[in-house]
Amino acid sequence: MITLNVNGTQHTVDVPPDMPVLWVLRDVIGLTGTKFGCGMALCGACTVHLDGRPVRSCVTPVAAVTGKSITTIEAVGETPSGKRAQQAWLDVEVVQCGYCQSGQIMAAAALLAAKRHPTDADIDAAMAGNICRCGTYSRIRAAIKRAAAG
Amino acid sequence: MGRQPRVSRREFLSVSAAVGGGLLLGFGPPALPPSPFSPNAFIRIDRDGRVTLIMHKVEMGQGTYTSMSMLLAEELEVDLGDVRLEHAPPDDARYAEPLFGVQETGGSTSVRGNWEPLRRAGAAARSLLVAAAASTWDVEPASCHAARGAVIHGPTGRSLGYGALVDKAATLRAPSRVPLKDPKDFRLIGTPAKRVDAPGKVDGTAQFGIDVRLPGMKVATVAACPVFGGKLASVDDAKAKAIPGVHQVVRLDDAVAVVADHMWAAKQGLAALDIRWDEGPNAGLDTADIVRALAEASQRPGVVARDEGDAATAMAGAARRIEAVYELPFLAHATLEPVNCTVQVRPDGCDLWLGTQVPTFTQTAAAKLTGLPRTKVRVHNHLLGGGFGRRLEVDFVMRAVEIAKQVTGPVKVVWTREEDIQHDMYRPYYYDRIAAGLDAAGKPVAWTHRVTGSSIMARVASELFPKNLRVIRALGLHQLMASIKGLDTDAVEGAVEPPYDLPNIRVEYVRQEPPGIPTAFWRGVGPTHSIFVVESFIDELAAAAGQDPVAYRRALLDRSPRAKAVLDLAAEKAGWGQPLPARSGRGVALLHAFGSYIAQVAEVAVLPQGDVRVKRVVCAVDCGTIVNPDTVRAQMEGGIVFGVTGALFGEITIKGGRVEQHNFNDYRMLRINEAPVIEVHLVPSTEAPGGVGEPGTSCAMPAVANAIFAATGKRIRKLPVKDQLRTVT
Repeated sequence: MITLNVNGTQHTVDVPPDMPVLWVLRDVIGLTGTKFGCGMALCGACTVHLDGRPVRSCVTPVAAVTGKSITTIEAVGETPSGKRAQQAWLDVEVVQCGYCQSGQIMAAAALLAAKRHPTDADIDAAMAGNICRCGTYSRIRAAIKRAAAG
Repeated sequence: MGRQPRVSRREFLSVSAAVGGGLLLGFGPPALPPSPFSPNAFIRIDRDGRVTLIMHKVEMGQGTYTSMSMLLAEELEVDLGDVRLEHAPPDDARYAEPLFGVQETGGSTSVRGNWEPLRRAGAAARSLLVAAAASTWDVEPASCHAARGAVIHGPTGRSLGYGALVDKAATLRAPSRVPLKDPKDFRLIGTPAKRVDAPGKVDGTAQFGIDVRLPGMKVATVAACPVFGGKLASVDDAKAKAIPGVHQVVRLDDAVAVVADHMWAAKQGLAALDIRWDEGPNAGLDTADIVRALAEASQRPGVVARDEGDAATAMAGAARRIEAVYELPFLAHATLEPVNCTVQVRPDGCDLWLGTQVPTFTQTAAAKLTGLPRTKVRVHNHLLGGGFGRRLEVDFVMRAVEIAKQVTGPVKVVWTREEDIQHDMYRPYYYDRIAAGLDAAGKPVAWTHRVTGSSIMARVASELFPKNLRVIRALGLHQLMASIKGLDTDAVEGAVEPPYDLPNIRVEYVRQEPPGIPTAFWRGVGPTHSIFVVESFIDELAAAAGQDPVAYRRALLDRSPRAKAVLDLAAEKAGWGQPLPARSGRGVALLHAFGSYIAQVAEVAVLPQGDVRVKRVVCAVDCGTIVNPDTVRAQMEGGIVFGVTGALFGEITIKGGRVEQHNFNDYRMLRINEAPVIEVHLVPSTEAPGGVGEPGTSCAMPAVANAIFAATGKRIRKLPVKDQLRTVT
């Protein structure tokens, strides 16, 4: 049995310790907002916050997160930077298919929490690990800047 | 796919009362048999005034939920926020795309095919509600008008909400043709509207197929024989079954699946299997073998797609002859939501949960495999985490049903990214021979183009499309004749009718199938291949004639004013002709396809090591009447990134009969730090709407390649660009 804290709630789950957090969230706890894209930390769709820092949940074993706080897309709107990011995403109309956007918003919220006014270079560095197959990159950049200004 | 719709095929309008009260408006043949899964309506208005559009199109990012709702709301006189959407069940008779005759989302057809029918539906409903109000008040209908979900009697100011009128309206006769609004009166069409699907996509609540969770559901993942055409010889599953959470190992003819409590156990189980494959006849197949066969086939005369003037004589008499071979690679779709399908097979029925562009094909495939009648197969459609043509296919549905037949209860079958890339159905490898004869002034007086590649149309026509009158009528005589003579109209779309003045033109198609490798539509379909070849080659002709690429094209566009206008607009906004740093260049491309005209100017910098950075793309679009301007912009932005990705990196290669790429490390995607600045300029127009989902991609690839030529003098005749510039100093 492993206990983990997700969005402020303690969950005790019967899973192997090497099971990635992604599958614990999606297939055991039932939080499907965090997405599977590659399974190898190549696309960023599975990004969650671990004590506020962005991590790729598809390669983070559940044993490594005990005693830490996980925040997912379902609750990131309760953080100031997450709320700003979500609103900016709507204002700029970023989404297309939307599948990558949970991960994009999680990465952006972590960036905004760490840097109140990120530069283009900061955005490149923080967001280059997140693939958007629909190609919404210019709007992601615009939304991060809007969130920073707001 | 580029034809404009012959409108008003859905002239039949049926009016009836909804169960429990309310108004139902149906479209299609008047005497449809009742179907247990079909609400027999496109539109339902409830007693509380709620409007529901039974949505026959799927949302895969292209904004169709919003634009279809806008078309209805415009004429129905309700706010966009008042329209709710429900996924239509599979039913070609009721929900077929007018351009295809089957229920399908693809080919940039949604606005083109529904522009008139959905507005007519809204207008008819409004007219019924006005008549119901007029009858209630005993006044002339002409003295009433509709606004914001209510009917108002002008002289007295009385008003009744739609909800209060639906029961009476349901007893009225469907009106004959109701006039549509003058475009100058549009409230919604042409004004940017917020996407209706956006809120759920920023807070994690949007439900894609992969997000389905059902009581008792298991999760499976699959490994198909890595060699195309190979079979499963044997599998030792002892170690896999010892993994906690693994329930079952399913053996199929050419694949193995592990069924487990969750994806992690399924993946671990699959990795623990000791599988022996019978690799079959393609075990020695390499990309080079496929290309060699294509090159040989391209020497043969093909089926004539277009023959105007006398290209052979004009070529012989030309002052100069320019010829080239262009090659385009196999491409995977790599939708970010990996392919998946959840299935429950019971003795008395089958349910499927997935995101699909083709719900009726899905239903038919499941019915065939289970032996159930189609009416016992229910398809629960979802949002698509990317389509791009991948979810026009049912290969993965069939795989999931085969697995589910051996599993008790519902099973969600999820492909790993590696399986998704290695067992996609690929954009065909194309091998094109193209030639032109120039007169003394450098003007093309002869043009020949022979396209060689596999025929997606032939496969989908034989495997997927039903053979019935509706499909034949929708596709038209032109398509019927083409298929009889063996012409793939998709493979040559964009090659057959370049917008340029080419008096002597001959275009041919040679069908050559790669052994074992399944091919399918990919974003931009035929034009993504053909426009690359035509626009690269016209650029070659400009260079051969010593002329500016924009001026050269422009001189050939006297008979295509819309094409000339977008070309001029893109060139002007891009600062065409203004100086750039060394090893930087601008390239232009022009497209007329899907009923739209697009010109793009790409600006690239070629780094000393040969890497290409696309810095900026300026895009001018004339897609006729614009429904949602922000969607047009978004589709151009996204389509351009998709096209730049493909042009620079996209390539699936075969070695030993298997795909060499695995994941996003070796099947690369453009990332935010590499993405160009994109500027989209819309041309106001009252012409019929054109498609916008596909063409941005098709136009971007040649624009980039032509910019590379401008920067380096190296002509890109084979995609992807990848490391072709490493030797250029």
